[in-house]
Amino acid sequence: MSDTEPRTDGGTMTTTARLRRTLDQTTVEDAGLYVVLIFAAAFYLVPIESGLVTSFKTGTAIIETAPFAPPGASGLTFEKWQAAIDALLRGMGNSLLYAVPATVISAFVGSVTAYGLTIPTWKQSYKAVVLMLIIAGIFIPYQAVLVPLTQFWSQWVQLTQTLSFVWALGVPDDYAGIIELVITHVAYGIPICTLLFRTYYKTMSDEMIESARLDGATLRRVYRRIVLPLSGPMFAVVLIYQFTQIWNDLLFTLVLVSTESSPAAPVVLILAGLGTSLEGQDFALRMAGAFFAALPTLAVYIFFGEEFAEGVAA
Amino acid sequence: MLDFYRRLYRTIRPSSGDDEANPDDGGVRADGGVVTDGPAAEPPAEPDRDVTTRLKASLDRRFGSDFMESSVFWLPPFLLMGLFVYGAVIWNLLISLTDYQRFENAPDYSDLDFEMYTRALADSGFIDAAVNTLILLIAFTAGTLIVGLVLAILIDRGIRFENTFRTIYLLPMSLSFVVTAQFWLWIYNYNNGIANNLIGTFGLGPISWLGNQDIVLYAIIFALMWQFSGYAMVVYLAGLRAIPTEHYEAAKVDGASALKMYWRVIIPQLKGATISAAVVLMVFGMKAFDFLYSLVGGYRPPNGADILATKMVREAYANLNWAYGSAIAIVLFGMALSVIGPYLVYEYRRNNL
Repeated sequence: MSDTEPRTDGGTMTTTARLRRTLDQTTVEDAGLYVVLIFAAAFYLVPIESGLVTSFKTGTAIIETAPFAPPGASGLTFEKWQAAIDALLRGMGNSLLYAVPATVISAFVGSVTAYGLTIPTWKQSYKAVVLMLIIAGIFIPYQAVLVPLTQFWSQWVQLTQTLSFVWALGVPDDYAGIIELVITHVAYGIPICTLLFRTYYKTMSDEMIESARLDGATLRRVYRRIVLPLSGPMFAVVLIYQFTQIWNDLLFTLVLVSTESSPAAPVVLILAGLGTSLEGQDFALRMAGAFFAALPTLAVYIFFGEEFAEGVAA
Repeated sequence: MLDFYRRLYRTIRPSSGDDEANPDDGGVRADGGVVTDGPAAEPPAEPDRDVTTRLKASLDRRFGSDFMESSVFWLPPFLLMGLFVYGAVIWNLLISLTDYQRFENAPDYSDLDFEMYTRALADSGFIDAAVNTLILLIAFTAGTLIVGLVLAILIDRGIRFENTFRTIYLLPMSLSFVVTAQFWLWIYNYNNGIANNLIGTFGLGPISWLGNQDIVLYAIIFALMWQFSGYAMVVYLAGLRAIPTEHYEAAKVDGASALKMYWRVIIPQLKGATISAAVVLMVFGMKAFDFLYSLVGGYRPPNGADILATKMVREAYANLNWAYGSAIAIVLFGMALSVIGPYLVYEYRRNNL
């Protein structure tokens, strides 16, 4: 009904009305709404846009043109991108080296954990305790575990020594940091992955599972035959969320790999120190570096925006 | 009831019955039906009763029928995560009671006291950082929620290109703190930044956004709001979509203005969305370390913007005051706990876990 009468205050639109609407019905108030929305969009895009144009500017163009204006023919340079890629490329490789395995492992482990805590029948009150402990793990400020983590990896599990046969093959022993990062990210990723999968498994129809159980199927087979094949959409969400989180994280890399000059330094660590020198800050280089480092997560976001939104909203 | 399962069983049999005789499942099968063909709900054959079976049976009686069998799935990950999270927090608490510092290899656990905590209370830098943390958490969370709510309401009014707008608003959230810090460093640049350009057109400024101790914290909060208001919008949008259309229409019939309708009818129904978004945002706020570190490329944030997260890492990893850093971390952990503890209880009561 609401699509036939002129809208006075909005808010009454239903989904069907929304679908039926055409441009002819656009009122002055709608136009105002769009102006506000476009201004908001500009607010979110300008910092990114200004960074992008700046990354192509020469030193003089940075001073002479407005920060959000394109560089113009004389002020255009690709030199900074070249320099940024040179500086960051090895970091990209290192980041992939731990982000990909850590993402895949934590997603799988999260799925298994959530399954064990959702589908099988055991006392709800005990389940809730385990779940609470797991979910609280999402919200822990990582500062509270940093010093023990350093102790653990540097004094207790000394990968630089235990894996000496790997370093003997010519791999720099800094790469022990990459292995530490994988294990650390998996351990701290379990809570959020479990929560995401659990919200999904809770909505799964139990009829099929219950009858399969009654039929004598073990939990392992129910997981492999029924639950896992149906988990595809949620795996997309979790993989994307985890990849973005792990790729973007600085704190653990700072503590476990520590120096940006290390051959195993991840991209975020190099970027954090890029473009600062005694002469001042090279903003074009910083912006080019920022964009280059953000490329993987930007690509993921552009291609899988829906899944990303679902992951953060859960 | 049994009949119902039999019917169901028959309907799904072709898909799930094809690999029944799988030998590796034999051991655990003792509690369920065993036969491939024929109705499922048959009393199980009595298994041989050795000690483990009896133990398993008694555990299952206590915790529920699938407890033992399902523990293979959740227990190892739970232990791994418990070790890294709770084990580490307890270990951290112990370290904070020692005098561990400099290049000692390991803390000396034989002499425990609260010296580091009394030291924190006497340290004006710690007090400043704690106050800044509280300001950041409250202002950032409240501001982000308000911006997110307004955006969600605007987007929910049945606009065209809804997906495009939503994608743009959420875009900053996909970026790393390290990356966004570079953008905002450029925006807040004294001579050429957009911020001073913009207020310059109104005849104001220039302002040293990151150099002025009274402003810098709010400049950083603004940047964080930019990054996360899209998140709040997504959460609110889901909340708004869950409200039945009749509520809007009833308010309209009553002759309420749009503003009144949202204030009286809609916003009260978004309580759940507000609480969960606020908790997550506070956690992001506590993790603002990455942003501050990247802003300066070092452990020392701009004067006036030091928070507990940055002070903790600086004390431990730059000044090598390990025990003192751990003590600050425990304070930060306590702050987080005071937010998430009640939240988890609330979710549990609502049966949302």
